[in-house]
Amino acid sequence: MSIVLKIGKSQFEELRHHGEQTYPHECCGVLLGQINGEGVKHVRAVVRCGNTRVDSPHNRYHIDPRELVGIQRKARESELDIIGFYHSHPDHPARWSQTDLAEAHWIGCSYVITSVEQGRAAQTNSFALAGEEETKEFHDEEITVE
Amino acid sequence: MKVMIPTPLRQYAGKQASVELLASTVGEALGSLVSRNPELRKHLFTDDGKLRAFVNVYLNDEDIRYLNKESTRVQESDTISIVPSIAGGSASR
Repeated sequence: MSIVLKIGKSQFEELRHHGEQTYPHECCGVLLGQINGEGVKHVRAVVRCGNTRVDSPHNRYHIDPRELVGIQRKARESELDIIGFYHSHPDHPARWSQTDLAEAHWIGCSYVITSVEQGRAAQTNSFALAGEEETKEFHDEEITVE
Repeated sequence: MKVMIPTPLRQYAGKQASVELLASTVGEALGSLVSRNPELRKHLFTDDGKLRAFVNVYLNDEDIRYLNKESTRVQESDTISIVPSIAGGSASR
């Protein structure tokens, strides 16, 4: 599996800024783009989503599947695919948690996490979900900002 | 009718983003899908034939859990979307 995620500067800043705006709550959204023949993912668009975990938004997120249905429909019109997701960790490291892994099911996609410390975006890391549901694991993924 | 295949499952469905099927119910459509693509079965269903908990199935814009589940009737112009759940967070389990 490729360990590179390419993203434009404005889109990179957009997903980081989203986390600042929702702080102290977790933000979440979708990464649209394409995967080339070598498995390198290119992000072409960042789509903000709502966090339905209003019961615990400071350390949990959930995207309504209905919202994804609409995003996927529009993405297909632009010949784009869902290639990953992003969310933020308010005052928490930009590393995947056991919760992140347990609730990740889009094998082959990237999960981008930004730590937002005291309201400011700090580190952003990406992790590729590999394996199958019973053996899944996150692999560190290099982010190339173009 | 059309069935939308999410990115992680396309490798088990001939790398297709969508397939066209003839079916009268959602259950029939999913059954036809896995019959044509047997590798998909374990990724969508448990050993006892139920949809896996993290697999959401939408008929157009409606979750089939709130319709008639797999008995929901479908029309030729409908679209079924298979949408694995997206969730997580910094919380420890």
